[in-house]
Amino acid sequence: MMQKKKKIYLDYAATTPVDRDVVKKIIPLLNKNFGNPSSLHFFGQEALSYVDSAREKVASFLGSKEREIVFTSSATVANNIFISGILKKEKGLHAITSAFEHKAVLEPLKRSGAEVTHLPVYKEGVVKVKDVKKAIKENTALVSIGYVNSEVGTIQPIKDIGEMIVKENKKRKKKIIFHTDAVQAVNYLPCKVEELRTDALTLSGHKIYGPKGAAVLFIREGVDVSPILFGASQEKRIHPGTENVFAIAGLGFALETISKNDIKKIKKMQDKVIDFLLSDIPQAQLNGDRKRRIPGNINITFPGVEGESLMMALDNEGVAVSTGSACASKSLAPSYVLLSLGVSHEEAHGSLRISLGRFTTKEDVDYFLVKLPGLVKKLRKISGR
Amino acid sequence: MSNYYTKETMERFLNPRFMGEIKDPSGVGEVGNPRCGDQMTVFIKIKEGKIEKATFKTLGCAAAIATSDVVCEIVTGKTVEEALSVTKEEMIKKLKKLPPVKIHCSSLAIEGLKKAIDDYKKKQK
Repeated sequence: MMQKKKKIYLDYAATTPVDRDVVKKIIPLLNKNFGNPSSLHFFGQEALSYVDSAREKVASFLGSKEREIVFTSSATVANNIFISGILKKEKGLHAITSAFEHKAVLEPLKRSGAEVTHLPVYKEGVVKVKDVKKAIKENTALVSIGYVNSEVGTIQPIKDIGEMIVKENKKRKKKIIFHTDAVQAVNYLPCKVEELRTDALTLSGHKIYGPKGAAVLFIREGVDVSPILFGASQEKRIHPGTENVFAIAGLGFALETISKNDIKKIKKMQDKVIDFLLSDIPQAQLNGDRKRRIPGNINITFPGVEGESLMMALDNEGVAVSTGSACASKSLAPSYVLLSLGVSHEEAHGSLRISLGRFTTKEDVDYFLVKLPGLVKKLRKISGR
Repeated sequence: MSNYYTKETMERFLNPRFMGEIKDPSGVGEVGNPRCGDQMTVFIKIKEGKIEKATFKTLGCAAAIATSDVVCEIVTGKTVEEALSVTKEEMIKKLKKLPPVKIHCSSLAIEGLKKAIDDYKKKQK
């Protein structure tokens, strides 16, 4: 008889499974309470109540007003709507971001027509507040810096940047707008917008144990975004289209499942993995600052091994991880995120991202740590390094 | 297991039969560079005009390792001239297929082989 192979998921930064409690609550939305929230009849109004209730939950989580919450279909769409909506209002604007920002921020910035400054992130993978301040110009309209980097998990000083911008804005006629993509932060870090002092914030349902297909764009009241999508009047007219009620409701319920217990448990496992890899695998090196990082992320380089081959070898053992290696993507260039940390091309090719989450067990981690050293050794034998 | 690669590719990648060095090679070919990620070295031992043994060392993705293994297998027992006419298609056939972005790996393996043969020819002069 064929032995059933283990299946261990260590790629929570890519996406998360939907929490069982959330699943239970949203299943009826697929066929029972299936109405269109714009319809005035009973079916529609029932669906609307799910969207309203999700909006309440998000507002309470962010400490914002309900009318400041816009649901979108993904974090990428939210970032596009906001960045383009701010920068396309005028010609000759300037924006500030970081060198290792997610493509969902870099690409809309690139296409906005605005001049863009990409700040260094140094070996630690952390933006410096004073660099942001120095980069501000008379025509700076937008600062967009992610709360947590998706590849290396490093935490950016959003609150400090926010406070600095508030101060700068007091001296300015044309205010700078501060946006943060917080998709990787929500599970672990405080996200009250009054504390962070952000004017806009993005979060995503499928990174927080909700379904794929819903995200949030918080826009502070008074910040004007010109629409880039056109249709009916849903979601403040900047994300028109019938609401994905199932996913939006799921996002709301998922926010309620976030717990401090998860953080403690995951942090313990993270420490164990990092300590083991650094001490038991020759030449292994952690990418990004160890302390200023979310508990779920481990990004590590194994010189002499190519990341994709290690990922595939682990996959064959039933362990799913991710790699910033070029060979895993469509382009042949290695991860620009790792290069921005000053990691060499060769080392960037030999990197692995292990991301832990709510359902990761000690046994999962132990199994991974038993399998990994042998695979690294084997691949180093093949590479002769 | 993911089905990104064929069973044949995974089998080659996980259990390569031609990896390693030849102590006293007739020719060595090194291709690739640290920037592109894949670095491959092909070793050949030639006896009476035929490739008696071919081995490789590869730092690269699963496809790069699998195609290195394939090229070594295909050329073993062939004359130098026969070996020079190995094609990508012939190699990919052994793996059933390769994802489109990985086709370049098979070109790299052929390039490595050609360099090893060049090296052998130079030494003959």
